[in-house]
Amino acid sequence: MRTLKFLLQKEFRQIFRDPAILRIIFIMPVIQLMILPWAADYEIKNIKLSVTDLDRSSYSRQLISKITSSGYFQLTHYSGSFEESFEEIEKDNTDLVLEIPASFEKQLVKESEAQLFIASNAINGVKGNLGSAYLRTILQDFNREVRLEWIQMPRFSPQTQIEVTASNWFNPLLNYKYFMVPGILVLLLTMVGANLTAINIVKEKEIGTIEQINVTPVKKYHFILGKLIPFWILGMIVLTLGLLISRLLYGIIPLGGFFTIYVFAAIYLLAVLGLGLLISTYATTQQQAMLISFFLMMIFVLLGGLYTSIDSMPEWAQWITRFNPVSYFIDVMRMVVLKGSGLGDIKSHLLSITAFAVVLNGWAIFNYRKRT
Amino acid sequence: MKQFLAFVKKEFFHIWRDKRTMFILLGMPVIQIVIFGFALTNEVKNSKIAVLDQSKDAATASLISEINSSRYFDVEENLQSYNEIETAFRKGKIKLAIVLPNQFGEDLQHMNKASVQLIADASDPNVANTLTNYATAVIIDYQNRVTNNLKLPYTINIKTRMLYNPQLKGAYNFVPGVMAMVLLLVCTMMTAITIVREKEMGTMEIMLVSPMKPQLVVFAKAVPYLLLSSINITSILLLSVYVLEVPINGSLALLVAESILFTLVSLSLGLLISSAAESQQTAMFISLVALFLPTVMLSGFMFPIENMPFPLRTVSNIVPAKWYYIIVKSVMIKGVGLAAVWKETLILLGMMLFFLTVAVKRFKIRLQ
Repeated sequence: MRTLKFLLQKEFRQIFRDPAILRIIFIMPVIQLMILPWAADYEIKNIKLSVTDLDRSSYSRQLISKITSSGYFQLTHYSGSFEESFEEIEKDNTDLVLEIPASFEKQLVKESEAQLFIASNAINGVKGNLGSAYLRTILQDFNREVRLEWIQMPRFSPQTQIEVTASNWFNPLLNYKYFMVPGILVLLLTMVGANLTAINIVKEKEIGTIEQINVTPVKKYHFILGKLIPFWILGMIVLTLGLLISRLLYGIIPLGGFFTIYVFAAIYLLAVLGLGLLISTYATTQQQAMLISFFLMMIFVLLGGLYTSIDSMPEWAQWITRFNPVSYFIDVMRMVVLKGSGLGDIKSHLLSITAFAVVLNGWAIFNYRKRT
Repeated sequence: MKQFLAFVKKEFFHIWRDKRTMFILLGMPVIQIVIFGFALTNEVKNSKIAVLDQSKDAATASLISEINSSRYFDVEENLQSYNEIETAFRKGKIKLAIVLPNQFGEDLQHMNKASVQLIADASDPNVANTLTNYATAVIIDYQNRVTNNLKLPYTINIKTRMLYNPQLKGAYNFVPGVMAMVLLLVCTMMTAITIVREKEMGTMEIMLVSPMKPQLVVFAKAVPYLLLSSINITSILLLSVYVLEVPINGSLALLVAESILFTLVSLSLGLLISSAAESQQTAMFISLVALFLPTVMLSGFMFPIENMPFPLRTVSNIVPAKWYYIIVKSVMIKGVGLAAVWKETLILLGMMLFFLTVAVKRFKIRLQ
């Protein structure tokens, strides 16, 4: 026990000796948590629209004003030829082109049928798809108005109508922050945790101080606990700072209570630190440790379910996410913060993350012993 | 020049000797491009949903089967009562519940009017929104089928064309984004760390007493990584075209040139970081923790920049990946030439010069 105390003292001194790293550990996550959630808004709005109006009739004018007043579209360009509008798409100045052909109004009135063309930049498929879907809805609305203008609709509608009402539970205002802030906090915590341990031990290897420790009567588990505990504490402080910011800046109060989050986070941090430990047993230089943890981090973060939905991934990728601790924590955060889940609801997640913690740390200790 | 080449050779040997690092450096982008290219998609499909069918007639049966057969939805649960909806959501298994009221079929037949209620789990607002949209679209399709596509007078037909990506594949959007991230992070991190490493180990002093100028010593460290990055660029492009089937519609030469320019920007950023950092740990933290998330979030490939509040839109301008992402999208997929991306190219050039100048200046102060 005394040995452990001295080791901890040494580790803490080492951490506090380098103010740059300490500043980064605390300030970087805080700043990012304050800034990045504002960027996270998938909602498709402010779609840049270019209209090619070859008709220039009263209908085409009505149509354009209806579109611009919908709130989804910004009319960025109004041109007399499709080529011009297409160039706007090429230059990234516009997302969507609506072409109103010449004699649109005449055909609609005389021949009872007319055509409109939409061309959508679909490199981002979802944006292209939804953008044109919104536009179609507005056009159909317009169509209905025109029809009402010309014919008296019978009371009994010949057209079947299914009325769809939609409601959103758990987050009725569709506030993206409630969803993103806890998730981003998880990412920051993971990056800080895993990298710190990975680098820290490899550094001792690279500089050669690890041999010095190995010749002392320090036991392996002392050494490893000495490395884990300080970073575990730092991680919990980062988490607390993050939750504080979520509360103060974004007004996020977890429905399921802070206790659940802390219990999960405590084990989660163990798992993540264990991962760092494991990396450090395999790497021989800090450079390698960094590359490996960067490689894993990128996969964990991008496949964590925060940015894109896990359900939409192909089967094999969903399988990868089962070995991704980040995806469990993000899920837990969502459940606790928004749905009010308690410890009982997240039991299976808790079990999985405990398994991670045990396996990763066990593997690391096993591997560490073999090497020295 | 001969001296410089000798230094470059030495650095190259350093990397070459460490086979494990080499392997990671060259293998990592390959694995990542493939994983992300296939797995990342903004599209929401195969979402698990629950149905509460209170009517249980032919109409609801056919509507439900229609919904189930669309690629967006998998009906996972048949609920018996309204109260079960919340439980199903809380268990976290389903994303949307569709409630069909009593007498749905009869209403539809006799009154030509019926209603459907959609309840979404909006803890993920994006998924909730998209699923509600998709479900509404499927229901409207069904409604039109029931109407027998009755031809109404005064009809506006709408023809839609999806430019560049008619199959709406996620890879078209994510490949350019992942390219930007992989190149930026690998190059920046590697240069930053190699130089700081020499500082930390004390070997930097040894090199500085050589007759080479300090700046050249530093440049010599960046050159091998430029070569490695070229290999990475090649493998990434080959994978994009042959494995992920994202075409190169524009000039390959231009695309490669722009990629090298972006690599140079990343290398200079790495030099800048290494001039500021004292330990590898710090260098790594700056390049990973400080660059990674902002690059993901502010480069425009995950979240549309035009939705961001004004201050963030401004901040996004200093994210190099944003400009490269626009360039790759334009050249690779839209197939446009330099005329369309000269502005972005100039911005990257400017960034490179700025990073280099500051880095070199700081090195001078430190090393004399």
